[in-house]
Amino acid sequence: MNDMRTMDNTVLNETKITARDVNVHYGTTHAIKGVDVDIADRTVTAFIGPSGCGKSTFLRCLNRMNDTIPGAVVTGEIKIDEADIYDSRVDPVQLRAKVGMVFQKPNPFPKSIYDNVAYGPKIHGLAKNKTELDEIVEKALRRGAIWDEVKDRLHAPGTGLSGGQQQRLCIARAVATEPEILLMDEPCSALDPIATAQVEELIDELRQNFSVVIVTHSMQQAARVSQRTAFFHLGNLVEYGETGKIFTNPEDSRTESYISGRIG
Amino acid sequence: MTPSWIALIVLAIAAAGFVLARARAQAAARREARRLHSLPNYYGWTAAIYAAGPALLLLAIWLVAQPIATRSLTWPVLAAEAGENAVPSLMMADVQRLASGLDAAVATGRLTAEEARALPPEELRAAMAAQGVALGSEVTPATRDAALRWRRLSGTGDLLRGIVVIGLALAGAAWGVSRAKPDFRARNAVEQAMRGVLVSAALLAILTTVGIVLALIFNTIEFFRLYPAAEFFFGTTWSPSFGGGSELGILPLLWGTLYISIIALLVAVPIGLFAAIYLAEYAHRNVRSWAKPMLEMLAGIPTIVYGLFALLTVGPLLVEAFGRGGYLGLGWMQGGTAVMTAGLVMGIMLIPFVSSLSDDIINAVPQSLRDGSLGLGATRSETIRQVVLPAALPGIVGAVLLAASRAIGETMIVVLGAGAAARLSMNPFDAMTTVTAKIVSQLTGDADFSSPEALVAFALGMTLFVITLALNVVALWIVRRYREQYE
Repeated sequence: MNDMRTMDNTVLNETKITARDVNVHYGTTHAIKGVDVDIADRTVTAFIGPSGCGKSTFLRCLNRMNDTIPGAVVTGEIKIDEADIYDSRVDPVQLRAKVGMVFQKPNPFPKSIYDNVAYGPKIHGLAKNKTELDEIVEKALRRGAIWDEVKDRLHAPGTGLSGGQQQRLCIARAVATEPEILLMDEPCSALDPIATAQVEELIDELRQNFSVVIVTHSMQQAARVSQRTAFFHLGNLVEYGETGKIFTNPEDSRTESYISGRIG
Repeated sequence: MTPSWIALIVLAIAAAGFVLARARAQAAARREARRLHSLPNYYGWTAAIYAAGPALLLLAIWLVAQPIATRSLTWPVLAAEAGENAVPSLMMADVQRLASGLDAAVATGRLTAEEARALPPEELRAAMAAQGVALGSEVTPATRDAALRWRRLSGTGDLLRGIVVIGLALAGAAWGVSRAKPDFRARNAVEQAMRGVLVSAALLAILTTVGIVLALIFNTIEFFRLYPAAEFFFGTTWSPSFGGGSELGILPLLWGTLYISIIALLVAVPIGLFAAIYLAEYAHRNVRSWAKPMLEMLAGIPTIVYGLFALLTVGPLLVEAFGRGGYLGLGWMQGGTAVMTAGLVMGIMLIPFVSSLSDDIINAVPQSLRDGSLGLGATRSETIRQVVLPAALPGIVGAVLLAASRAIGETMIVVLGAGAAARLSMNPFDAMTTVTAKIVSQLTGDADFSSPEALVAFALGMTLFVITLALNVVALWIVRRYREQYE
C-alpha cells in the first residue's frame, strides 16, 4: 500500500452522493453546520477531524441512521443518484439496504457466522432458495476477505471470532445485501495493527464495486486508503479535496494545524 | 440481671474502651515523634470491637444453650414419673410455666423466696392462679421438684452468665486498650472485623434457609411414618377427615397448581413481554418514565386484594359468559370460583414481574446490535424478533421461570378465586385447589398437630419447596448456558 495517493487514479468517477446545506441538531446542540459535499462513485472518501467534530453524525445522515436517535433533526438536501433520500416517499429501511454500514465496534449478532451474513439477504428476499443463499453468503464472505478462515465453521457463533475477523464478518454482512454505498464508522478503532492492515486492504478492494465513505481518527489511515478526504471541525466541513492535496498542501490553516498535530 | 441489661453494660464497656484506647493512641502519638499507623479512631474501634464482639456473641450462644442444658438437667426428676405415653415436651412446658410463675410471684412479693421453695404441691395451683398463671392440672410432687430444680439451675445460670459475659467484655476492652500503641495496625484490624460482620450476615441468611428446610424435613419424616409415601405421591383423591381414614393423595393438588400456574403464565408472559418490548424499544422517554412505575405498581398490590378482585369481579364476569345461561350458551362453568378465574387474576399479578425484568434485560442488549441490524435495512420489529430477543433470551427465560415459581407459591388468589375442591379435571372452568391453599386449610382450625391430616401440610410444603428449587436450578442452568454462547 502506498502512503500518499495522487490525483491520477481517482477523480474520474461520477458523483454518487450530493449533499447541500446539511444541518443536524440534537436537541439544542447544532452538530452539523451547513455542509456541502459531493461524494464520488467507486472511490474511498475519508472523513477526518477531531473528536466531536460531527464526522460520524454526518456519516449517519447518509443512511438516515440519525432517524433512530430521538431528538435528532436533519435539514438540507442529500441526494443519492439524484434522488433525495429525505423525501417523504423514501423508506429509510429500503435506503439502508442500499447504503450499508459498518460500525466502530465489531457487532456480530449472537448467531452463527452463516446466519450473520444471511441476515440481510433473508430480510430483503434476495435469495429464492437455500442454494442461492449459500452462494450469496459465500460471495459476501469472499468479498469480506474472511471466507478461507471461516469456511469450515460457518455454523459456529460469529461472536467466537477474533476482533479483526468479527469486523471483516460485519463488512461481509453489510456487503451481502448488495449495497451501492458502504459507510464505515471508524471500522479499525477497536482492532490491532495486523487486523487493521487486513481491513484496510479489504477497503481498497471494495472500491472496485462500492462507493466507500470512511470515518477515521487516524490520519495515516485516511492517507493510506482514501482518494478523497474531508476535514471536519466543530460541525463545519473545513476542506474537501484530493487526499494527496489535503495532506501535502492544505488550503485552510485549520486543516494544516490538524494534520500537523497542533489541534485535535 | 436480664440479658438486655447485660448487653447494655457490655456496650457501655465497649464505649469506655473506645474512649480509652483512642486517648492512649493520641497520647502515644504526641509523646513519640513517630506517627501512628492508623487514625486514633481506629484504635478506639478495635478496643470497642474486642470488648463487644466476643461478649455479645457469647451472650447470644448462652441464651440459646442455657434452656437446653437446664432442660436436660431437670428431666431426670420427671423421668421417674413419666409413663409410657407421656410427651416430654408437654411435661417440661408445665414445669417451665410453674417455674416462671414462682419467679413472678417472688418478684411481685406475693410469696417470699422461702415460701416459694417450701409451698406444698397441693397449694401451688391456687397460688399460681392468684398470680395469673393457669396450670392445666394439679401439680404433682415431681413437677414441683422439677420446677424448683429448674429455678435453682436457671438462677445459677443467669448469675454465671452475667459474670462471664461482663468479664469477657472487660478483658476484651483491656486487651484492646493495651494494644493501642503506634505500631499496632488498628486499621487492618477494623477491616477484618468489618469482613467478619459481612460474612456473618451472609451466613445468617443461608443458615435460616437451612433451618426452614430442617423444620420441614423432620415433620415430613414424621408424616411419612404415619402415612404411606406411595399413597401420598400417587394417590388421586384428596379427602382429609380428622376423624381418620382420610385419603391424602397429592396429585389433584399438584394438578390444580400446575393448571392454574400455566394459565397464569399464558396470560402474564405474552402481555408482560410485549409490554416490556414496547417500553424498551418503542416508548418515548416521557411515556416510559410514567408507564414503567405504573406497571410496577401492580407488583405492590397485596395478593389478597387480587383475590378479592377474582372473587367479586372476574369470577362473576366469567360466569356470565361461560356459565349456565350465560350469553355464550356454553354452560361450562358452575360457579364463580374456577381455575380460569384464579389463573387470569394471577396472570395479571405476574405481568409486572415479567415486564419489569424483561425490560431491564432488553435494555441491556448492546445498542450496537440494534444499529447493526437497522443499518442492514431491517425494520424495528425484525430487529427485535431476530436480534434483540435472541440476545435477551436467557434473561427472559429466567424472568419467566421466576414468575412461574411465584405462580406456584401463590396462595391468596387461589383460596378466593379457585375454590377449595381438590379434583382432577381438564375443564378450566371447574373449581380446583392448589398445594399452597391446602397447606393453609390443613394447618388452620383445631387440628391435632400430631395427626397425619395436619402433618401432611409439611409434606406438601416440602414437595413445593423441591419443585420451586428445581425450577430455579433449571432457570440458572439455562441462563448460564446461553450466556456462555452469546457474550
